[in-house]
Amino acid sequence: MHSDRSAPLGLKIAAAAGLLFLHLPILLIFLYAFTTEDKSYQFPPPGLTLQWFAVTWNRPDVWQALSLSVRVASISTAIALVLGTLCAAAVSQTRFFGREAISLLVILPIALPGIITGIALRSAFSFADIPFSFWTIVLGHATFCIVVVYNNAVARFRRVSGSLMEASMDLGANGFQTFRHVILPNIGTALLAGGMLAFALSFDEVIVTTFTGGQQSTLPIWMLQELIRPRQRPVTNVVAMIVVIVTFLPILAAYYLTRDGDQIAGSGK
Amino acid sequence: MKPAVLFQNVSRHFGAVRAVDAVDLAVAEGEFFAMLGPSGSGKTTCLRLMAGFEQPTNGHIEIFGETAEGVPPYKRSVNTVFQDYALFPHLNILDNVAYGLMVKGVGREERRKAAEDALAMVKLPGYGARRPGQLSGGQRQRVALARALVNKPKVLLLDEPLGALDLKLREQMQEELKSLQKTLGITFVFVTHDQGEALSMADRIAVFNDGKIQQLGTPEEVYNQPKTRFVADFVGSSNVLPPEFVAGLGASSQFASLRPEAIMLGGSSDGRLTLKGTVLSRSFLGSANRVTVNVNGTKLHVMSPATTAIPPEGDAVTLSFHREDLHLMEAAS
Repeated sequence: MHSDRSAPLGLKIAAAAGLLFLHLPILLIFLYAFTTEDKSYQFPPPGLTLQWFAVTWNRPDVWQALSLSVRVASISTAIALVLGTLCAAAVSQTRFFGREAISLLVILPIALPGIITGIALRSAFSFADIPFSFWTIVLGHATFCIVVVYNNAVARFRRVSGSLMEASMDLGANGFQTFRHVILPNIGTALLAGGMLAFALSFDEVIVTTFTGGQQSTLPIWMLQELIRPRQRPVTNVVAMIVVIVTFLPILAAYYLTRDGDQIAGSGK
Repeated sequence: MKPAVLFQNVSRHFGAVRAVDAVDLAVAEGEFFAMLGPSGSGKTTCLRLMAGFEQPTNGHIEIFGETAEGVPPYKRSVNTVFQDYALFPHLNILDNVAYGLMVKGVGREERRKAAEDALAMVKLPGYGARRPGQLSGGQRQRVALARALVNKPKVLLLDEPLGALDLKLREQMQEELKSLQKTLGITFVFVTHDQGEALSMADRIAVFNDGKIQQLGTPEEVYNQPKTRFVADFVGSSNVLPPEFVAGLGASSQFASLRPEAIMLGGSSDGRLTLKGTVLSRSFLGSANRVTVNVNGTKLHVMSPATTAIPPEGDAVTLSFHREDLHLMEAAS
């Protein structure tokens, strides 16, 4: 519902102030990526320069962290897509004992504080004598990536009426053909949206990673370490800008994908 | 000749619920067969057993002489028109209709032509490019019909296909379905809870209740000679007369049915049985008057032509009917 009445001035100012408070600090981060002062955050910046982009480009530690983050996020998302979809299909299409409980257990990791998940995984890994590696980070991230995919997929599965699958079978399609020609087209955008959200979540995850990463640094952890040492501080800001862009675009895309999907899926009933 | 569909002692139980309980039936080839019953009577489960969405707990099913147990839906030469039509929302109408041919690997051009022919057959030529969401309920139902028929099934299963349509459209579709079935010569098995629909369309009707077939016969048999009280009550609105009342008429002490339109207001001298009672209520239905008469504590419904004068409520009235219209029923149920 859109209201035609214009809001009172005081409300407008309050809303503007709220938005500024939320987003001004982010703009400041962008600004300090161009400062000529590299020891402290002095305002206003004494001068502007593009040299930190070149410096960042030539820092091997940045590339290592970025590469690790991208690989972790990609593989966690891939795992989440497969397991999340299967789980959503089972919960929404079949009836079995403990269905509600499973639904709750799957969502739990995202409701739990990250630090709990982190400690739990760390003690589980050390108990099972699993050395920290790339795969321990992936496992940690997959726990909450699955939730995002599951939530998106289960909502869409509920709207794909069961008779669509029966109709497909009735018309001669086996299980694989039904998945390929009926299920996938109907849940595709939901999976894409869930996958992108999962990727973005994994990409900027700090807490679980600190407990499961060992000596390796993903990009957010590398940034945390950089902030402590006042050496070439604007490099951190350059990286922060990149992280914002890399995580913001998929989330935006996910938003538009699920919005359009409503009209397509809604006509199935 | 082998029956199109054969059920031998078929049961389907869901836990303790006997949705279908020891059903025997044989649908003849080329027949328009209706399964009639209230919701939960097992008629839809029977249809799903034929389609392959359910497997029988007990018994044996054959489709054109071939054993059907364990055969998945996609390997059966039957197609279904679903109650909610189940059109694929992500495909346009042409691709919906061509779906069955597509998964069988028929070439693009050939299946496009077959789908367009099928759409023309259900009187929707040129609708191929539209989406299911852009069509009315009646049009979607025609698309669902075309999508099933394009596969040239040996048996077409229809699950309450007219339930969601308004009355005018429903009557029109009844006629079209009937003539389509005559033209194509395909066996139609039709599930409905609407007795009028079953009576007007089917060659034979199986009346279901509690997972069992109560009566199987032609519309005339089921309507005029109901075997059980349930059939008498469900198919039409027959008067069910208790045994003591029937005994009072000189027949044996059994439940009997008497159609409201078989009873005439006023006495007669041509050997008809007569009853005396008082008018309880009357309502005008257009072509007829429906009068309820109290005869010694038993309420009888009478369907009287609109041209006959009706005595006011509370007045004494004489009823008469032919002896052969009184139909004795089995004691069970």
